[in-house]
Amino acid sequence: MSERLSVFKTYKLYVGGKFPRSESGRVYEVTDSKGNWLANAPLSSRKDARDAVVAARKAFGGWAGATAYNRGQILYRIAEMLEGRKAQFVREVADAEGLSKSKAADQVDAAIDRWVWYAGWTDKIAQVIGGANPVAGPYFNLSSPEPAGVVVVLAPQESSFLGLISVVAPVIATGNTAIVIASEKSPLPALSLGEVLATSDLPGGVVNVLSGRTAEIATPLAAHQDVNAIDLAGAGEIDGLAKELEIAAADNLKRVLRPQPVDDWAATPGIDRMTAFLETKTVWHPTGSLGASGSSY
Amino acid sequence: MTASDSTLRRFLHGLPGVDAVGLEARAASLGTRSIKTTAKAYAIDLAISMVDLTTLEGADTPGKVRALGAKAVHPDPTDRTTPATAAVCVYPDMVAAAKEAVAGSTVKVASVATAFPAGRAALSVKLADVRDAVAAGADEIDMVIDRGAFLAGDYMKVYDEIVAVKEACGTSARLKVIFETGELSTYDNIRRASWLGMLAGADFIKTSTGKVAVNATPANTLLMLEAVRDFRAQTGVQIGVKPAGGIRTTKDAIKFLVLVNETVGEDWLDNHWFRFGASSLLNDLLMQRQKLATGRYSGPDYVTVD
Repeated sequence: MSERLSVFKTYKLYVGGKFPRSESGRVYEVTDSKGNWLANAPLSSRKDARDAVVAARKAFGGWAGATAYNRGQILYRIAEMLEGRKAQFVREVADAEGLSKSKAADQVDAAIDRWVWYAGWTDKIAQVIGGANPVAGPYFNLSSPEPAGVVVVLAPQESSFLGLISVVAPVIATGNTAIVIASEKSPLPALSLGEVLATSDLPGGVVNVLSGRTAEIATPLAAHQDVNAIDLAGAGEIDGLAKELEIAAADNLKRVLRPQPVDDWAATPGIDRMTAFLETKTVWHPTGSLGASGSSY
Repeated sequence: MTASDSTLRRFLHGLPGVDAVGLEARAASLGTRSIKTTAKAYAIDLAISMVDLTTLEGADTPGKVRALGAKAVHPDPTDRTTPATAAVCVYPDMVAAAKEAVAGSTVKVASVATAFPAGRAALSVKLADVRDAVAAGADEIDMVIDRGAFLAGDYMKVYDEIVAVKEACGTSARLKVIFETGELSTYDNIRRASWLGMLAGADFIKTSTGKVAVNATPANTLLMLEAVRDFRAQTGVQIGVKPAGGIRTTKDAIKFLVLVNETVGEDWLDNHWFRFGASSLLNDLLMQRQKLATGRYSGPDYVTVD
């Protein structure tokens, strides 16, 4: 019997619910931690970035308008799908980060748990950071958090899966849409995540995954006038990039989350990554009565 | 050839048949040209100057028409080097409001008429519609042909109607004849309609109303461009072309400009001879213009909603 031919996987981008190759037609070689070839990943151009913004903007209205409960259900569904493809992610993480199988499995478990944790937050964040404000007048004064809009996320360069999930989930949990720039040297878990998202009831365009040179893709996105916020988590390791992107982002007053050193992605994250991409809307509304005095107007 | 129904029919049916595959292939291959940097900047400004900024909704208000007029005169108020559009295109009862809004500028007022978009009304009603629009000050009239009569083979009726409308336009208004190519079924019919319209005295031939499923496509516009080229070669009379409906992006608009340049040449690269009937196209052109000027991608927050 002849030996079976290998069936290699073509890793592709995930934009607008579809799996395009890079518009530029370019790819680059992805290697494991020892330098052995793993796969070719698309080398995105600024036009791929532009297309991703269009897709994310298109998806924003529907995703932000979905009920928080519904978003939670969909995020939980994603966790279910991740669970089913755990073996694949364990292999990809082990290759990318040079971990043993059991260490990689711990990372993937933590990532899935993280996703479930954020799924639970979708319909609770408003109670925690919003609320009824006491005011001296016959009015209700209500503050509620609203998603910022289209958020560009530079995924962490080192933690290819747990780090990735830890920055993507909080962005979309609150109703933002995201453009994720995968880790430059280990993009494969992020590209595989796209395949999971495509089969998890998540509307196309809510998460868009680009791979390639982080600086090349992030620069036009930071300057893009139709992007509302940018998370520079993955820019910290690249010399001078974070500062450059902050300057470009200032032009249309984007919200910027500066890179912060994270020692352990497995630690409980808190809600800071969610609140970084929320805006507070406050409305005044007449109460209809003056309460205790019994009079009304 | 327009002496009688039979001679007109013999002429129109004697036109060579259209090679549909060849036409579409040519339109597609011309659409692959890469237009960059300075050529792109030129094309964007040219396209802006060719836009007939259109609002044809039942919900049009005088306020909306005024806003549209202001936008036509200064498409990008933050950059006064942006050229004005060619015209605003409105329903006849909005002509007066539009005229007022663009007063003192180069922007013309075009009005659809003749029971737009269906064209299903008596000739007297259609002519009254046209006279109203002209009296209100319309510089251009966009008429629809009677597709029912055309498809039934009653070419003379269509011809006479165009002649009558042309007469109602008088000397002041230019006449654009809309064929509604999406309803004519075949490329042969589009070629026949083009010749019929040109023989009857159209100043412009226009693809569609924008109200049906299939509007302007590169292929049917290419076919009409070939018709005006051949018509000028035979009669010496130059006719304009206006694709309308479904052109939403700068990329599309530039493809049409390539078609014009490669088919009829520079003589038509002017808003006197070529127009885009569009509403959302202008915003995309403006965003691309801002991108070229500043180097960063623009967004819909930086152009007007309508």
